[in-house]
Amino acid sequence: MKLRRSMLFLPGSKAAMLSTAFVYKPDCVMFDLEDAVSLREKDSARLMVFHILRTDAYKGIETVVRINPLNTPYGLKDLEAAIRAGADAVRLPKTDCANDIHELDAEVARIEMECGCPIGRTKLLAAIESASGVINAVSIATASKRMIGIALAGFDYVIDMQSQRGDGAKPELFYARCAVLHAARAAGIDAFDVVYSDINDDAGFLKEVELIRHLGFNGKSLIHPRQIELLHNAYAPTEKEVSYSRRVIEAAAKAEKEGVGVIALDGKMIDAPIVSQAQRVLQRAEASGIRR
Amino acid sequence: MRIITEAVAGSLESSDLLVKVSPSRDKTLEIYVTSDVIEQFGTQIRHVVDDTLKRLAVTDGLIVIEDKGALDYAIRARVQTAVLRGAACKELNWEQLS
Repeated sequence: MKLRRSMLFLPGSKAAMLSTAFVYKPDCVMFDLEDAVSLREKDSARLMVFHILRTDAYKGIETVVRINPLNTPYGLKDLEAAIRAGADAVRLPKTDCANDIHELDAEVARIEMECGCPIGRTKLLAAIESASGVINAVSIATASKRMIGIALAGFDYVIDMQSQRGDGAKPELFYARCAVLHAARAAGIDAFDVVYSDINDDAGFLKEVELIRHLGFNGKSLIHPRQIELLHNAYAPTEKEVSYSRRVIEAAAKAEKEGVGVIALDGKMIDAPIVSQAQRVLQRAEASGIRR
Repeated sequence: MRIITEAVAGSLESSDLLVKVSPSRDKTLEIYVTSDVIEQFGTQIRHVVDDTLKRLAVTDGLIVIEDKGALDYAIRARVQTAVLRGAACKELNWEQLS
């Protein structure tokens, strides 16, 4: 199971950030060729991302490229750069319906074939940024075998909804978060929450993280490296959770060894979902340690 | 690839470089590199620049580079961008760029 708690945005045109951000060890890094890059720098950013991906700088970190939409003059070239450089995944912005993913999937397959890389290697993420996208979340999430996740993008969404972004505790994203999350779970893929743009507001950030962690999001898109440690710690299990999970795994292993079908721990029945949850807790503990 | 117009790519921010290209009057290739780390990495920077220009088949032009401690990948990307802009080249040949 791949941990995807943190997806750090990096503007594709910024050499200093591209050259150093791996030291912060996000689970995923998202090289941005879309909104973070001005129109006149699209060509330069594309080549910067193409070449940084061809180095070992981000070895061990999942690499994602946010391309421009395919109906712009930049989208297909971005896609060529990402696939030919070996990005793990491509993130499509402004995904409104399943057909957006079908079109992307076909282009990805064509490029993979042309450049001789295994068909199906490049994974896809869809960013949902509109009411239409939220309504179509299930068909988007299930539109391709390449899909590994869907992400809610808050700013465009609240504008589309004629609302405004609150401090993380306000309800303006409630329906969209639940819809995107349910779609992801129904499709068996990951769900990512919106960025929290006030990088100096740790309390507000953590309040939002607590909310999305309880809802069940796998992680969150981030715009600043200092948010990574805060997020990873918030997603780390408590000592009590780790202790219980170890006992669950031990009990499951013992039951399997003894050929016992039903497991009990502290007088309560333990079934497969609880064992899976315990494995996830221990995996997070291994990655993040115990919550401080 | 021929440089037919003046073009610039990159920046003077730390870890980046500024590349200026312009057509050559006498059909020669002139390359000037200044860098904050020329003593330490001048040979490597020049090697990356030369290799990038060779792959793009740039045989003449004036290439002026101000380096601010960029890594090899950034040097390659900024030189390619400046040359493609200077050659007014819109199509990307990924084999040449790799």
